[in-house]
Amino acid sequence: MTKTIQLNGKTYDVPTEVQSVQQLLIHLQLAERILVVERNKKIIAKEAYDKPIQDRDQIEIIHFVGGG
Amino acid sequence: MSTRYSRQELFTPIGAEGQKKIRQAKIFILGAGALGSSAGEMLVRAGVGQVTIVDRDIIEWTNLHRQQLYTEQDVVDQLPKAVAAKQRLAAINSDVEVKGQVVDVTPDNVLNMIEGYDVILDATDNMETRLIVNDAALKLNIPFFMGACVGSYGLTFPIGIEKNQPCLHCLLEMMPLQTMTCDTVGVISPIVVTTAARQVADVLKYITGNPLTPALVSADVWSGDRASIDVRSLKKELCPSCSASAVYPFLTAKHSMQTAVLCGRDTVQLSWPKSRPFELAAVAVSLRGTVSKMVYNPHLLACEYGNHRLVLFRDGRMLVHGTKDIVVAKKIAAELLG
Repeated sequence: MTKTIQLNGKTYDVPTEVQSVQQLLIHLQLAERILVVERNKKIIAKEAYDKPIQDRDQIEIIHFVGGG
Repeated sequence: MSTRYSRQELFTPIGAEGQKKIRQAKIFILGAGALGSSAGEMLVRAGVGQVTIVDRDIIEWTNLHRQQLYTEQDVVDQLPKAVAAKQRLAAINSDVEVKGQVVDVTPDNVLNMIEGYDVILDATDNMETRLIVNDAALKLNIPFFMGACVGSYGLTFPIGIEKNQPCLHCLLEMMPLQTMTCDTVGVISPIVVTTAARQVADVLKYITGNPLTPALVSADVWSGDRASIDVRSLKKELCPSCSASAVYPFLTAKHSMQTAVLCGRDTVQLSWPKSRPFELAAVAVSLRGTVSKMVYNPHLLACEYGNHRLVLFRDGRMLVHGTKDIVVAKKIAAELLG
């Protein structure tokens, strides 16, 4: 079954090969960045990025950039 | 002139009392590039008391699509950004005492520069300087309104507005030696204005005594993505920059970039702290298309950028050939590595 989550304020159908937060970050090409990741209003630690994504999760990802 | 700010005063959360507080505010703007242009104009139009804007750079053609204070003539005249910004801001609002300083902010001069200001607005183009100013602002107890943008994406974070909030050092954990920059992936003006607008809204809330929370907020004006994260739980009890036992590491040379002009070689060496080796393979990927004649091996990456030959060593050093000017070398590092 396809999982549908809220990602940064928008509805997002998670590709079937993406199971964990880490895999989502890789899919979004954000894995190498400095990030803050929140899942269902709780910030998750890097060590917990391998936890599976659940249907209807609310995920927010903010990565740092340098420019200005 | 008495009605100049009437529409701003009509806005209930500000009112006449808020306008008086805005009038008394002394603002330090760190950088006169895109964010500094946009935020500077908003703050000066809002009628703050004093604005000091600092920058180490001159205006170039590649700046004009997004750096709203500057004109073609400024490029022709090769004006420093801080000089042209000061002229334009002073012309916009003669009520405001505007100063411009052409200077590179370093651990040595930062405390003297920011002392006495009520607010620091971040408009720099690199994390190195942000972490130096993060430390300095925490040491002097001045709120620091961080903002950064690249591509169509930007983020903001107000630091030092609540006692138990994290600082930039808490959030970054380790220093990102390399971030995306406007010179590697480009930038469009709508995200500049969006990011600066959020920073200025936070500054206005702060100086008028309105509620403000230390949220990390991002927006992408192209995709429509946006996020807001309450990062209070990320405060580090032993943070060297903001805990009770803070040592402000980025104000000491050991943790900040070292620079040296290599004698007789027309070369500047930039050295980052030893804890920050270059990931050369990742750097190579991000610089592809921006630099030319790139070669890299496990030890170094060499390339050409403009008139300069650059050599990056794995141990966190970069040689910039073709200049004796440290500011030029640091500018190249900021453009390419963030």
